[in-house]
Amino acid sequence: MQLSGYGQKAPRRLDATFAALADPTRRAILARLASGEASVAELAEPFAMSQPAISKHLKVLESAGLVSRGRDAQRRPRRLEAGPLAEATEWLERYRWFWEGRFERLDALLDELKAKGKRRGRTKRRGDHR
Amino acid sequence: MKNVGALEITTPSDREIMMTREFDAPRRLVFDAFTKPELVQRWLLGPPGWSMPVCEIDLRVGGRYRYVWRRDRDGTKMGMGGVYREIVAPERIVATERFDEAWYPGEAVGTTVLGEQGTRTTLTQTMLYESRDARDAVLKSDMEKGVAASYDRLAALLAWPGARGVEQRAQPS
Repeated sequence: MQLSGYGQKAPRRLDATFAALADPTRRAILARLASGEASVAELAEPFAMSQPAISKHLKVLESAGLVSRGRDAQRRPRRLEAGPLAEATEWLERYRWFWEGRFERLDALLDELKAKGKRRGRTKRRGDHR
Repeated sequence: MKNVGALEITTPSDREIMMTREFDAPRRLVFDAFTKPELVQRWLLGPPGWSMPVCEIDLRVGGRYRYVWRRDRDGTKMGMGGVYREIVAPERIVATERFDEAWYPGEAVGTTVLGEQGTRTTLTQTMLYESRDARDAVLKSDMEKGVAASYDRLAALLAWPGARGVEQRAQPS
């Protein structure tokens, strides 16, 4: 029985995604590509980095599946691939919940149980009251 | 620790993670909320958009528990379970824990202690992992989570194509 919706390759893909995201330049490249595709030269511009240095970062992003190449053979624009990023965020969400969000709804339930307990206590003590 | 709702996380040893949280209720109620399936299913619902279709608890030493969460959008499931090793109602539970889709290697042992101060209860949950590496994997995912907050804006920006991409990938094979 397969309980997880993810395939066998999911952990490796997540590793690649997180490794690729663990660099501020690469995150900045992704943020830039989120507003539209761009050539290597255009991407290098705001970074005060050589094109080969940017290409190196792009290679990491491409092998992680976060960036792909557009059809224009001359410009070879790079494009953001949203799938792996959304998948990584979604994965983290689950464990964020497990660590931080798990008890959020317990407070409300406990309040309700306390109120019920009080009502029951009152009914028991003075059974002739309704 | 005085604040209800504040979760405190510490590392008492290199294989452990300890979390402490206070609840504004007597510990009998907190114990019930942790051990009665019909109550557990009312609060342990999973991340936003998820539900908890399976909650089985055989509350005795050697008894098993099994939790399954389901993402309502596409039916993706996340499951975990384990075996009870110690039960002292309403103050202490020791149980093993293993996720179907491992996010840390091996099995962990969780010790839950409920301390009562007047009408309040302090929950202390200590997870003991098989190795320092396993513990660090959990801490790492905890830190990545912090980093993830900075991706949230980006992810929101990408929400429409991303959500589609994830759904396609998340179909059970």
